[in-house]
Amino acid sequence: MSIVKDLDPAAPLLTVEDLNVRFPTEDGLVHAVRGVDYTLRSGEVLGIVGESGSGKSVTSLAVMGLLPASARVSGSVKYRGQELLGQGDRAMSRIRGKGVSMIFQDPMTSLDPVYRVGYQIEETLRVHDSKLSSKAAQARAADLLTMVGIPNAAERVRSYPHEFSGGMRQRVVIAIAMANQPDVIIADEPTTALDVTVQAQILEVLQTALSETGAAMVLITHDLGVVAGIADRVLVMYAGRPVEIGGVEDIYYEPRMPYTLGLLGSLPRLDSSTKQRLTPIKGSPPSVVNMPPGCPFAPRCPLHVAECDVTEPELVDVGGGHTAACIRIDEVRKAHGEAAAVFDETADDRLLGSEQPADLSAAAGTEDVGAPGDPVGERTDPAPQAGTGSLLDATTTPSTSTDGDRR
Amino acid sequence: MTATREPILTVRGLEKHFPIKGGGLIKRTVGAVRAVDGLDLDLYPGEVLGLVGESGCGKSTTGRAILNLQPATGGSVKFEGRELVGLDRKAMRPLRRDIQIVFQDPYASLNPRLPVFDIVAEPLIIHGLTKDEAELRERVRTLVETVGLNPEHTNRYPAEFSGGQRQRIGIARALALEPKVLVLDEPVSALDVSIQAGVINLLEDLKERLGLSYLFIAHDLSVVRHISDRVAVMYLGKIIEVAPRDELFDRPTHPYTQALLSAIPLPDPRRERSRQRIIITGDVPSPANPPSGCRFRTRCQKFANELTDTQREKCLTVEPPLESRGPAHQSACHYAAATQVL
Repeated sequence: MSIVKDLDPAAPLLTVEDLNVRFPTEDGLVHAVRGVDYTLRSGEVLGIVGESGSGKSVTSLAVMGLLPASARVSGSVKYRGQELLGQGDRAMSRIRGKGVSMIFQDPMTSLDPVYRVGYQIEETLRVHDSKLSSKAAQARAADLLTMVGIPNAAERVRSYPHEFSGGMRQRVVIAIAMANQPDVIIADEPTTALDVTVQAQILEVLQTALSETGAAMVLITHDLGVVAGIADRVLVMYAGRPVEIGGVEDIYYEPRMPYTLGLLGSLPRLDSSTKQRLTPIKGSPPSVVNMPPGCPFAPRCPLHVAECDVTEPELVDVGGGHTAACIRIDEVRKAHGEAAAVFDETADDRLLGSEQPADLSAAAGTEDVGAPGDPVGERTDPAPQAGTGSLLDATTTPSTSTDGDRR
Repeated sequence: MTATREPILTVRGLEKHFPIKGGGLIKRTVGAVRAVDGLDLDLYPGEVLGLVGESGCGKSTTGRAILNLQPATGGSVKFEGRELVGLDRKAMRPLRRDIQIVFQDPYASLNPRLPVFDIVAEPLIIHGLTKDEAELRERVRTLVETVGLNPEHTNRYPAEFSGGQRQRIGIARALALEPKVLVLDEPVSALDVSIQAGVINLLEDLKERLGLSYLFIAHDLSVVRHISDRVAVMYLGKIIEVAPRDELFDRPTHPYTQALLSAIPLPDPRRERSRQRIIITGDVPSPANPPSGCRFRTRCQKFANELTDTQREKCLTVEPPLESRGPAHQSACHYAAATQVL
């Protein structure tokens, strides 16, 4: 009741400040989101990218108040100046769908299988407008389905979700999300479960939804291609925190955080015929249980120096509303988005998931008990030489056993 | 480049139909899902052939049918001239040394109850390839190092490794028998981008160093462009276009290939926003009841917008065969025309 009246039209659409989410587990407190700040301006599309486990979905569930009761959420989420954290379910349901609506990843599970899709859209409409007649709601539901590109909408409102394909269901989910002309649509991996040709259709429908409603959008995805096409600003998350925020072109062409640079260098390019080697990021993301001090990316970072392990870097302004959390910004700047300038193409993965120190690969090489000529360094060598007496030679010429340990 | 050499693996008219059983007490067969429906492929020694398509087009079934993991219901698969279709498990076993597979999901394809050493050693033991314990140890150690993992960790269980590491274990297991052909069934699609790149580089290195041939099955065309020498595009159980890599990506002739390439977002804001996109309508039809004539006509932008009714007649009634569109380039469309879409 009060929440709708308290809205301040002059305040920013959505402000998230120092958002923290912790989940109690058997292994201890999992600190899934560790201080997220962002402001969503009206009409803009903010892309949140990150790998699995980076906390990008948990962030948006916290904004919507959809986390399980066991989650410990702190910080502040303000919709038009009104605090959403700590609101009860009743108060939140006035905001959900009307102020802020959400599109989930999996259209197979986000619709209720036992209700007709038309009913599910009407329900959303009538929850926020008790005076709406059922006839008007039905007509509006059919309109919405037409808008998202479902043919014969007047008949298809009577279908059940299982009668639709994945792409069609996602269209229904989008229709529900835009039904009440929300100010903000949060789309959590809206195309990940879909094939590319269907993804292209859905991205087009999303653009339609934005222009029809004038809503701003938070688009959460791991697909850097999707973000490149639709986002105005990009927030890169790593280990539960934003590590870089900036305009879409700044992020793609002039990244300042080594992780962003590494992600871009890891992507094979569809539009490039040169067989350029990829530059993977070694290791894997840290566990968010008992994080060590220092930069969480430091163990995987090629620019790592001792100072990185002291404190976790804050986001610093690098100009033009572009911020990055790194103390070696100047070195990253010199790369101008060319990951190969910073990362190397080693295929070694021996450090992953182990508690070994970072210099293990050198140590493992010297104490190696294999054949004396066994080239430990070879596996990182992009152009290995022959005649080193390893498995590899034995295999290329299986008839001539060169080292005696393989037949 | 490969035209003069003999293919190491030849697939002709491969079919894999899954029966659809009716309800009721007597389960009569009432139809068939034509997952793979007359597929031709050649894999040359030392080559990476990418096999791409959307989910449900039959690309994984093709991989499994080639390996006889799911026996084909028709057609022929020849490895170095030897027919594989119809071989029973026992007859197939010696051939498994030469053709191995890496599965998509590294969380499901490794036995969680076996330490990594046993997982990698198992093929060697089954095929009786080691004389004694010491030799086995040495071989497993070399294999694990080859895929870039620490050999000190082979007493650990799969659960203690990350997704990328597990996929490397799966690759080490596949390499244990020194195969000539590796079927890679979506080997990187379960991995995060930064991890995926490492596995792709590893696969490239191994191919060069061990002289392997890959049948690389994937839905991600960026990855396929990166790693393949030739690319075959599948739609509803059939190959609809096959060409050398750059030829396929720069001059696709089949409307489906064009739509597929056009649908993939580029991680480059300026290029992505200035692209003209071909958006095809609808979803892939059911493989239990594929459309008459050309299987793609129900979604084809050319059929819908460009062709005259008389031209459409041919699409409706005649199934287009794979026809030559240039050196080593074939596509199955009555009205094929090369277009640049990237």
